[in-house]
Amino acid sequence: MDPGYDPEMPLGRPLQGLDGIEGAASGLPSDRLVRRRFVLRSLRRSPTFLTGAGILLFWIVMAAVSTHLTKFGPDSIDPYHTLAGPSGLHWFGTDENGRDVLSRTLAGARTVLVIAPLATLLCLLMGGTIGLIAGFFKGYADEILMRFVDVLLSLPVIIAAIVIVTVLGHSLPNIILTIAILFTAPVARTIRSAVVSEREKEYVQAARLRGEHAPYIMGAEILPNILGPIIVEGTVRLGYAVFTAATLSFLGFGLTAPSPDWGLTISNDYQYIQGSWWTVLFPAMALASLVVGANLLADGLRKALEE
Amino acid sequence: MTRLIVRRLLFIIPTLLVVSLLIVVMEEIVPGDVGREILGPYAPAQVAALDHTLGADKPIVQRYIDWLGGFLTLHWGESPISQQPVFSLTMQRLWNSAQLAALALVIIIPTSIVLGVIAALRRDGIADRIITIASLSLTVVPEFVSGAVLILLFAITLRLFPYPPTIPPGAGPLTRIHYMLLPVIPLMFVELGYIARMARADMIDALAMPYVRTATLKGLSRRRVILVHALRNALAPTVTVIGTQVGWLLGGLVVVEKLFIYPGIGYLMYQSATLKDVKVLEATVLVIAAIYMFSNLAADVIVALLNPRVRFGR
Repeated sequence: MDPGYDPEMPLGRPLQGLDGIEGAASGLPSDRLVRRRFVLRSLRRSPTFLTGAGILLFWIVMAAVSTHLTKFGPDSIDPYHTLAGPSGLHWFGTDENGRDVLSRTLAGARTVLVIAPLATLLCLLMGGTIGLIAGFFKGYADEILMRFVDVLLSLPVIIAAIVIVTVLGHSLPNIILTIAILFTAPVARTIRSAVVSEREKEYVQAARLRGEHAPYIMGAEILPNILGPIIVEGTVRLGYAVFTAATLSFLGFGLTAPSPDWGLTISNDYQYIQGSWWTVLFPAMALASLVVGANLLADGLRKALEE
Repeated sequence: MTRLIVRRLLFIIPTLLVVSLLIVVMEEIVPGDVGREILGPYAPAQVAALDHTLGADKPIVQRYIDWLGGFLTLHWGESPISQQPVFSLTMQRLWNSAQLAALALVIIIPTSIVLGVIAALRRDGIADRIITIASLSLTVVPEFVSGAVLILLFAITLRLFPYPPTIPPGAGPLTRIHYMLLPVIPLMFVELGYIARMARADMIDALAMPYVRTATLKGLSRRRVILVHALRNALAPTVTVIGTQVGWLLGGLVVVEKLFIYPGIGYLMYQSATLKDVKVLEATVLVIAAIYMFSNLAADVIVALLNPRVRFGR
């Protein structure tokens, strides 16, 4: 089935199609409402988006309530049943301290689901501000801010993250801040290019002629019209943030034991992989499902907003 | 063309200086004092003496200038922790990583371009969907997750690869390659999706171009139209993506080399960060940053060369 086909399309189309009207029309709130309804409709029909949203929702629920659902606490030690294989009692087996792998795998979603969304929000805020200012004012402000962004992009993310975390120390707020700083640069670039293409449109020029000041035009006129790219950028960054947070904890630059965090668990239990595969495989699968889910969500959203 | 290169070099050099400054500042902030790190907390007099011989008690600006002068003349000093000369250690590890990365790129680039082109030719068909979803999923999974699963599957269960996956000292080149194949796969997965997706999009664009229609109407075979006319023009943006992916590859090396305990520059960087061996950390980070920025520059130059408008004049 072609997801592009939609009986309501003719309503949405003229807004994008006619070049002369486009600039003025897309600035109106009522047109944005029509567009939003259209996007929501195509999201409801996108299997990619729905699968991603489902996986993400599952892990959010598990992070919130899993400790009430499982028979064992994620930290409860049982010295008589260490490294026991999957059984009726311990569905996913136990680890080297006799802790239930199922409980730990489900509870392991917590740390990542705190770090990644907070880091994403923070990088959208910082990168969005830089991008808006650079794109709106152009000239010197643009030049200086974008060179700063280029410097941030001069190191691969993981390398830069290791350096920053080594300096700041491995606490939860520091990890969030590190990921947010590193993702500020790509967000700023995306938002800047969205603003640059928006600022020449008629509705912005109209606002300037009305004598509106710059912060108003940026916040109340341009921002609502670039929400699409911002949302897409946010979901893409969410996937990367999960990736980076998990990698940092795997490398030992994240949380410390006894947290059931997936990256940390895989790093700690990797030494038992030959005899006790369940200690590594289940957290690995859980982490893989979360990153794939976040990226499916991003992909579905992007397609729906680009149509 | 020359202007592009000169302008980029004028950016790369100050950026490397900024990165080096950041790391020196970090040396200042990182908790713990150099002499104390080596001798332990129970010998304050010896600590002060060692700090003096290492020059750790000089003011920071003086130390930065000394360090920079030494770094530029390739006198990178000795690691206070492992007592090895930093320059030869870094270069030897870089060479090991280069072998791993080269093997990865040799496999990744053709595979992902072929997959991308197949997906483009079968656009919206089953092959396209499978390639798109599989490569997207493999791309976003962290290297240590796919690496651990691969070890479990191919080394432990199927016994196709040796476990433990660390190369024994004195192994011959064929044994080394056998050991290196498994760590290369997670690196490959991470790159696969980006390059394949780019190749697919570029190929779709290229196939819609008038020159492809002209070539088809001229009576050329489909194979010739695709391989000669469309592919060459489709490859330019793909090359840029490969250039920028070198960054992911370098980041991935840290993770993969830690998982497989492979003695490369990524593992060295990881170890020096854990041990707070700032000298080695500085060297490895600067080398990685330089490689990263120059590979991005090289990608831009290649794209410019592939573009006839740039190649002929202007």
